[in-house]
Amino acid sequence: MNDEMMDDEEGGGGEVKTFLYVNRKAPYGTIYALESLEVVLIGAAFEQDVTMLFIDDGVYQIKKGQDTASIEMKNFSPTYRALEMYDVEKLYVDRDSLEERGLTEDDLIVPVEVMDTAQIQDLMESQDVILSF
Amino acid sequence: MLHTVNKSPFDRNTLDTCLRLAKKGSVILLIEDGVYAAMQGTRVESEMKQALEDHDVYVLGPDLKARGMDESKVVDGIQTVDYGGFVDLAVANGPVQAWL
Repeated sequence: MNDEMMDDEEGGGGEVKTFLYVNRKAPYGTIYALESLEVVLIGAAFEQDVTMLFIDDGVYQIKKGQDTASIEMKNFSPTYRALEMYDVEKLYVDRDSLEERGLTEDDLIVPVEVMDTAQIQDLMESQDVILSF
Repeated sequence: MLHTVNKSPFDRNTLDTCLRLAKKGSVILLIEDGVYAAMQGTRVESEMKQALEDHDVYVLGPDLKARGMDESKVVDGIQTVDYGGFVDLAVANGPVQAWL
């Protein structure tokens, strides 16, 4: 019996798995980004080990200065700043995707860690579950 | 791990991003509109041949058939699997990243 199993019995909960949420779509043209956030919060509510990764147009989800008043859609970008309260603190961004779009870390609404290709490869390989949006 | 790609390489950058971020030795399976990338004579053929040097690459037969794509014209080295084969790949190579 290892400690982890003992803890599970005491807490009555299931095992904690590592969940990676891969985000590759811009925020308002499709529903993917908003759905991803919903599922991330569900994962966090079940006290799973949650990581978010932003690749390709997914980096636009966390661009500063979003104002959706004129398109009559909810601006959900402030939610990314609230993720910390749900213990979602691992936010990673693909360096190549940022650079291709002329963006830097300063353009982003939340503190992130910018990763190169090899780091992202290792991150994906290390996960129990990957959910792709 | 297993990477699946379900978009046409002529419509989206899904395949490119998959190939850039799939670690050497990981397995790639082309499904749905992703199967177009498996065919000989396309502009992504050299990219697929390059991928075969670092990965086992598979294509889902039923999706080829549904689209009228001839299995005999798949790039050499890409292996065709059926639904059962898809399941076996997922079980043997988890976790799965679905590139959409």
